[in-house]
Amino acid sequence: MIQTSRSARGWLLAGAALSALAGPAAAQEPKRGGTIIVHMPSEQRILNPALRASTGVYNITGKIMEPLIDKTYDGPVGVLATEWSSTEDGLKITVKLREGVNWHDGKPFTCDDVAFSAMELWKPLLNYSSTLQQYLESVDCTDDHTAVFNYSQPMPLDLFVAAMPDLGHPVPRHLYEGTDIMKSEYNTAPVGTGPFRFVEYERGQYVIAERNDDYWRGAEYPYLDRIVWRFIPDKSAAAAAIEAGEIHESGFNGISMADLQRLSEMGGFDVGTQGYENNVAHSTVEFNHRNPILADLKVRQAIYHGLDIDYAIQTIMRGYAKPGRGPIPSAGGANYTDDVPTYAYDPELAKRMLDEAGYPAGADGIRFKLRHRPAPWGEYTQFWAEYFSQAMKEIGIDVEILTNDAPGFLNGVYRDHDFDTANGWHQFRSDPAVSTMVWLRSGSPEGTPWSNQFGWQSDEMDQMIDAAQAELDPAKRAERYHEIQAKAMAEIPVIFAIEHPFISVTTTKLKNHHNTPRWNSSSWYDLWLDE
Amino acid sequence: MHLSQVLSYALRRLLQAVPVVLLIMVGTFLLLKMAPGDTVDALVGDMGGADAAYIEKLRAEYGLDQPVWVQLWRYMAKIVQFDFGWSFVYEKPVATILWERLGTTLLLMGSSLSLAFTIGVVLGAVAARRAYSLTDNMISTLGLVFYATPSFFLSLMMILLFSVKLGWLPVGGVKTIAAFHTGWAHVWDVALHLIMPTAALSLIYLSFYLRLMRASVLEVVELDFVRTARAKGAGEARLMVHHIMRNALLPVVTLLGLQFSTVLGGSVVVETIFALPGLGQLAYQSVIQRDMNMLMGIIFLCAIIVVIVNFLTDLLYARLDSRIALR
Repeated sequence: MIQTSRSARGWLLAGAALSALAGPAAAQEPKRGGTIIVHMPSEQRILNPALRASTGVYNITGKIMEPLIDKTYDGPVGVLATEWSSTEDGLKITVKLREGVNWHDGKPFTCDDVAFSAMELWKPLLNYSSTLQQYLESVDCTDDHTAVFNYSQPMPLDLFVAAMPDLGHPVPRHLYEGTDIMKSEYNTAPVGTGPFRFVEYERGQYVIAERNDDYWRGAEYPYLDRIVWRFIPDKSAAAAAIEAGEIHESGFNGISMADLQRLSEMGGFDVGTQGYENNVAHSTVEFNHRNPILADLKVRQAIYHGLDIDYAIQTIMRGYAKPGRGPIPSAGGANYTDDVPTYAYDPELAKRMLDEAGYPAGADGIRFKLRHRPAPWGEYTQFWAEYFSQAMKEIGIDVEILTNDAPGFLNGVYRDHDFDTANGWHQFRSDPAVSTMVWLRSGSPEGTPWSNQFGWQSDEMDQMIDAAQAELDPAKRAERYHEIQAKAMAEIPVIFAIEHPFISVTTTKLKNHHNTPRWNSSSWYDLWLDE
Repeated sequence: MHLSQVLSYALRRLLQAVPVVLLIMVGTFLLLKMAPGDTVDALVGDMGGADAAYIEKLRAEYGLDQPVWVQLWRYMAKIVQFDFGWSFVYEKPVATILWERLGTTLLLMGSSLSLAFTIGVVLGAVAARRAYSLTDNMISTLGLVFYATPSFFLSLMMILLFSVKLGWLPVGGVKTIAAFHTGWAHVWDVALHLIMPTAALSLIYLSFYLRLMRASVLEVVELDFVRTARAKGAGEARLMVHHIMRNALLPVVTLLGLQFSTVLGGSVVVETIFALPGLGQLAYQSVIQRDMNMLMGIIFLCAIIVVIVNFLTDLLYARLDSRIALR
């Protein structure tokens, strides 16, 4: 198992859980050729990661278009960038670009492409990135392969680097310049620098990409001839296709937990959370603080005490999860701490606290009623809502579940505030500044989805978040995030109840799979098929 | 039935259809606007979130920041010129996508309905001629079982048996992707992929035709003209084909007409399970995505088809039973 390649080291670092998967694979000589078929449960339709920041987009385009920097188990590694540095005041970030890289149409990749992408797409058009890059003033090209990002407010280099794997995909300037970017034909027929070039997108059926013979890592890569992504919306049918050998890989919980467990016991499949360290999500309970009952901290604490998180992890997530410790998951690296207040499962204590808060049980055993909106994002959120309702009944709170589809949920919670409690599934994106802080910071425009629209506001918290975001020293920055985490756990504006990575099922014929922390979004240049 | 008579009848029916279709379009537009949220909400839901400025930009881009009446006016002004508009979800013209999907749906529904109709009518007639015999009981029970089986269950069980256990048939899709078949190999490949979905759909339709045909034949058999024909010495085969079947088919054709109208709706369940890119799945996805232009396009197409099929059914009535006149 001891090899010097980056991927092999990655396997070792990630710990004992994967030794069973990696052992035989690392020893074999990779084979060239083959077509692999990947299951996609839904369709994103836009295939431009510089226009849509979404794992569903990266799953496909990650093989075709590459970011400046990607994340490995050894930390950030340059892809289209080779070096990066920042001035002391944090106002200038200089990125050296890789030389000798060509777009799939044969034109060379240069700093012009990066400058154009940053100013015309990343800053004005890309979701999440427009917040990250709001102080980006300009990008200068001092030579063909050096890009200088100029900021009007300090930009921590750590934050920039952490964001690049998701929010740093350049597009070819010569194909986009002077056109309506939102309507460009290349948004659905991407041209990139990656190991695979786009061939065909048949709506509702599949996307095909084939080997790029001119890949910059050398003629050896990629190993595969072709990748096909098949859209199968029905989870049971997808599970059958995997079992019948028609599909090699299904990621992001594309099939039901029951089928995942069944396939993992069948043999011939690797099932696990390996490769999702960068795609961790929280299952939450969100409160509408406009409701005076929920505005009472004691009530929120009692609700937390009333939830048997470990039971939910075992039954709903089948053990593939951990209890949450505030807005930063344990995958958050140095910014994470577990030194925070916690709320152990104790229904008797919860009942006493509710009595003390002034909500005694009535004759029917009910203290008060809550209207709960579950987000319609897959299996976990529905089950977690049902468990929440059940657990609350135990401590005398009657929870009525209002089922809704995506637009109904987003409007009901974020725009109309027509809920008492809600639960969702929210991804942590490498750095708290570009992801979970929006849950706690006030001041998002009224009605913005995925932001603090809960009627909760704390000036102290706002200041702490702003200070952490502007802090340039990594150690001090981490310390500030630890303080935020502790405060969020003490005041519980939102319960970040469970942190869970996603789960993949992969045929054991695939080798070198799930060897980076955002593997399903990565380029798969070293993936090979043993057939 | 003269040609000129048919043509003037067709013209009159066409004129009557115009206000009906317009009413359907305005009604649906307003109904859809009453659903919570719009396509931008659905899009950002799919993306896993976006910031406020981005969302506002998308809304302005799609014209969703305008009042409903303005949106309705703009849409109707386009649709009367047969411009179906642009799908923001697919980033393609609606007409193109409808055209792409129509083929799959027509193939699936056409083969299922004709299979169901033919077998259903034959089995129904046989069951009726041997009413209350063992054959009849077996056919009727089978019909009842198919009728009572939910299509998703039937589909999944077929997949489990024929794809997973036996490995004979592909799980889903319309063709083997990345096999790049051409010519007859391609036709064979598509046919293999359509066996299970066609079977799943036609078994359910079949039970309708079977039961209706059986009841209808039993009713016609009792009528005077059948007794007369028999008295004249008509053989059992001639009696069945010329006298009974032709009359008994009337209600069955009505049902065929009705079901053909729903052809474009396809079968959401079967299309979803077998991952077939048809109109049913498209309509369902469009509701979830609040893709107004797409949904309106599908409804427009359906309305037109219903009008045409109704017209054809009326013509067929006149052909089957000459007592019915086109007026």
